[in-house]
Amino acid sequence: MENIILQLSYLIGSITFIMGLKMLSHPDSARKGNIVAAVGMTIAIFATIFLYRNSAGEGLHNYGWIFAGLAVGTIVGTLAAKRVQMTAMPEMVSLFNGMGGACAMLISMVEYNHMQHGGGAAGTGTMLVIILGMIIGTVSFAGSIIAWGKLNGSIKDRTIPAGQILNFIILGGIVVLSVMMLGGMAGGTAVFYGIAGLAAMYGILFVMPIGGADMPVVISLLNSFTGCAAAFGGFLYDNPVMLTGGILVGSAGTILTILMCKAMNRSLKNVLIGSFGAAKTGGAQGTKEQGNYKEISLNDTATLMAYASKVMIIPGYGLAVAQAQHTCHELEKVLNEKGVEVSYGIHPVAGRMPGHMNVLLAEADVPYEKLLEMEDANDQMSGVNVVLILGANDVVNPAAKEDPASPIYGMPILEVEKAEHVIVNKRSMKPGYAGIENELFFRPKSSMLFGDAKKMLQSLVTELKQM
Amino acid sequence: MDTLSFLFNDPATYRLLTIVILSIFLGIEVISRVPSVLHTPLMSGANAIHGVVIIGAIIVMGQAPSDDYLALVLGFLAVILGTLNVVGGFVVTDRMLEMFSKKKKK
Repeated sequence: MENIILQLSYLIGSITFIMGLKMLSHPDSARKGNIVAAVGMTIAIFATIFLYRNSAGEGLHNYGWIFAGLAVGTIVGTLAAKRVQMTAMPEMVSLFNGMGGACAMLISMVEYNHMQHGGGAAGTGTMLVIILGMIIGTVSFAGSIIAWGKLNGSIKDRTIPAGQILNFIILGGIVVLSVMMLGGMAGGTAVFYGIAGLAAMYGILFVMPIGGADMPVVISLLNSFTGCAAAFGGFLYDNPVMLTGGILVGSAGTILTILMCKAMNRSLKNVLIGSFGAAKTGGAQGTKEQGNYKEISLNDTATLMAYASKVMIIPGYGLAVAQAQHTCHELEKVLNEKGVEVSYGIHPVAGRMPGHMNVLLAEADVPYEKLLEMEDANDQMSGVNVVLILGANDVVNPAAKEDPASPIYGMPILEVEKAEHVIVNKRSMKPGYAGIENELFFRPKSSMLFGDAKKMLQSLVTELKQM
Repeated sequence: MDTLSFLFNDPATYRLLTIVILSIFLGIEVISRVPSVLHTPLMSGANAIHGVVIIGAIIVMGQAPSDDYLALVLGFLAVILGTLNVVGGFVVTDRMLEMFSKKKKK
């Protein structure tokens, strides 16, 4: 009877995961989908705690430890998730992903030790599953931590000399050692932890040279890795819900990764191997004449905007960093009162993740209809009088259309030059996240408005109110 | 070929293999048409779902002999990390999506 309830709970769990993912991919049902999946997860977890029986028919013990662990994880997880700034969301997702990877890694380690001491000769299948779960979990854990560090700025982009070759050597080492272990040619704790060490190194070296702008793709990929690691756990315990959950995320995550690449018009291979860092040496920049840029005063900006009929705001990560989304909404309201039509042009990869900017602006109560997707924004661009670029850079870089040597060549951009005036707000002339110069700033239509986005917007609002 | 025989000799393993293959196609099918606005919440939601690995952690923890301190400590850590993944993942996703629904009403 108990077993039936357990299996039934797992079935419910699997169904809720499928439904949850399905609902998450439609705007109207997304939030419900998340809750559906969470409920299914809770059912599966509690069913496991109370109803699980191993092959000898014994239930679980150590309830104190289990509940203590659950309590600590729940409290810390909830607090972290509630407190995190919306701008830091991508890092947080990466960190949680790393925790899942580490969890899979630890499970494999305990199971391996258990097998060593239990004396029983493990089948090749069990061993394979333990080793694969450990390798993928470790790569995902190490990689996610590096991605997290890169996104919050504590780890800088760094190209390791001969990094590609080194990576292949490490990967080769992992494969050789694993095959030897499976074939019984090598064994023992030292080899097992040796593989773990190599996997950790691989995770670090794999993410390290990838440019910050590509980080969302990497996180999505690591996300599907962790899914696979969880699925190996499903094999290990003959557990259908871990299997479906893990594999679903593994395959959905892979598709999502490819979709994200498509949004940036880059291939996955390009992202992983031809990182921005490496492409920089290609001479896409530097040698070209750049000419001069012109500055515009706050006063002139205000006048220009107040007498415009259509203004489009292009937000980028700079806006998010300055926490200026609320002030931005205020500017929009002031302009509206003056009869100026305001819209937002949102590039699919604006911010640090696709859709990140929509989340940020939604937080500031910007109405949904005002957020234009890139194609619509470009269609309407020619009727716009003033484009205000707030901390965006690469997504408006004309090099993506015009310069085949540029590392971002081919990425669709917001064609701001079709508008009458382009005002660019930046803190300085430093290049954007991808590390490439932006010729837009030197074009005749553009004028630069230097300063912190939030302060600048605040003064702009005051200025406009006085007019 | 012998090393692969475990996949087919045992009906339980074979059943799991079938689930894997069907799930792969299901995952692809479910995701393929997603507006880019939802990429971030979707990734975050999927991130929470792979936290299902917590079940493995609970099984490890619940079976650890009470004198095997290494297993107890590693298992305990695994439970904490897995819970973080699950709870944090779902809460963060909900926070993101809350903003979408909030503006919908207005």
